[in-house]
Amino acid sequence: MITASQKPINEIIELVEPYKKLLILGCGTCVKTCFAGGEDEVAVLASALKLSFKKMARPIEIEELTIERQCENEFIQEASPGIARNDAVLSLACGAGVQAMAKRFAKEVVLPGLNTTFIGIQESPGIFTEECSGCGNCSLATFGSICPVTRCAKKLLNGPCGGSQKGFCEIDPDTPCAWHLIIERLTTLGQLDNLKTYIPPKNWNTSLSGGPRKLIREDHII
Amino acid sequence: MKTYSHLHEKLASGEFAVTGECGPPRGANVKVIDKKIKLLQGFVDAVNVTDNQTAIVRMSSIAASAHLVAAGLEPVMQMVVRDRNRIAIQSDIMGAYSLGIRNILCLSGDHQKFGSQPDAMNVFDIDSVNLIRTVKDMRDTGKDMSGFDLDVAPRMFIGAAANPFADPFEYRVIRLAKKIDAGADFIQTQCIYNMDRFKEWIRLASEQGLTDKVYILGGITPLKSAGMARYMNNKVAGMDVPESIIKRMDGVDKKSQADEGIKICLETIEELKETNGVHGVHIMAIEWEEAVGQIVEQASLK
Repeated sequence: MITASQKPINEIIELVEPYKKLLILGCGTCVKTCFAGGEDEVAVLASALKLSFKKMARPIEIEELTIERQCENEFIQEASPGIARNDAVLSLACGAGVQAMAKRFAKEVVLPGLNTTFIGIQESPGIFTEECSGCGNCSLATFGSICPVTRCAKKLLNGPCGGSQKGFCEIDPDTPCAWHLIIERLTTLGQLDNLKTYIPPKNWNTSLSGGPRKLIREDHII
Repeated sequence: MKTYSHLHEKLASGEFAVTGECGPPRGANVKVIDKKIKLLQGFVDAVNVTDNQTAIVRMSSIAASAHLVAAGLEPVMQMVVRDRNRIAIQSDIMGAYSLGIRNILCLSGDHQKFGSQPDAMNVFDIDSVNLIRTVKDMRDTGKDMSGFDLDVAPRMFIGAAANPFADPFEYRVIRLAKKIDAGADFIQTQCIYNMDRFKEWIRLASEQGLTDKVYILGGITPLKSAGMARYMNNKVAGMDVPESIIKRMDGVDKKSQADEGIKICLETIEELKETNGVHGVHIMAIEWEEAVGQIVEQASLK
């Protein structure tokens, strides 16, 4: 999933301050799962904002709505009436959702309420970890399905640096060394020989280095 | 036999080589480098010039290396892949060679999180093993990474780092083999305090015939105090200072701790001289260059 976390309340207040009628729009898929932008978070944020504005003696009307996905046009439609009634939308979606809304409603103000963090998983209740960078050229098969591009702080492809100790990364004693995990797993699988092979410089052309990417599925183009 | 540098010539002759280290200043003051040159000249065969070590911004390793060349002291230019993409890397290698730099040490680089500007974006376009191969390909084929024929190819003696003390231990020899296959001519190791572990690593490397394919220089850093020993063990990534060494430093009074540190160095060097597969030492007297002359003389390395 795409993970995100809510922006600090003071930053959100600054963003929405110029507007009198605000729609807080939740997104019911990824960011709901990571407790950042589902119905519950929309409700809590709405109460917090109302309280803050009341304290500042500033009038604000807040409407709440959560749709299934802000990144898909068929769900975005549901938000149309609410958007028409308000001055601005505070979107609790990932960056893709915020931009999809802005594309669909060209004349409306769409503000981000979240910081989008990464593509990851919920490793244990309340703990989310980054697993994939979307580099566009997956080589997980070589590395025992543990990604060094994402999980090694130096993106090393030919083995661990000299800084890992007792299985943890030099940047942070709580971050597991991806290479330690790779070696452990390949040892279990009897595939440690994978690592003797020289991995040539990665082609980053399929990642963000090649500019904004586009995925074309000819068979689905109407 | 064709040699690429003075350091290469010395190692090829079978003599025990000594390299030192010079950290460029945090500023543009060439006098700092001149002072370090004076402290090292005549004692060592070549001097590593660090590349924004610990991710703290300093004068570039290329410029500082060029100052060493001008003074007649041979540099080993360190290059990290943290700050440059492959375009800048190849360009800098050509530039460095044009300035008379003949040795390069290929490194990943400390993560910027440790440094003075942790907000920086890192590069890591290629890794240190790719860098080794890049320098070798430019030297041996005369082409850049795109296959373009270079007018004059940089022909450098290629070094790499090895840390026998980092985990996972079993993989450390595979990684050494990988660096040798990629083109490393010489290896400088992390500071040796845990001699047992170092010897085990050398034994495994030599079992696989690796010590015949590459020159290995053992890393030496004199400890100035018991506090430094503890700091290095606890705070410096990939460093292993055994409790026995810390206790030994603690066991002498504060004034004599620096002398004790040098004594430990001298004992380590003696052991390394007797260790098969070790071809020299790399003395990293961090901001204590004065110690290098004393160590070299007392260890009879000159």
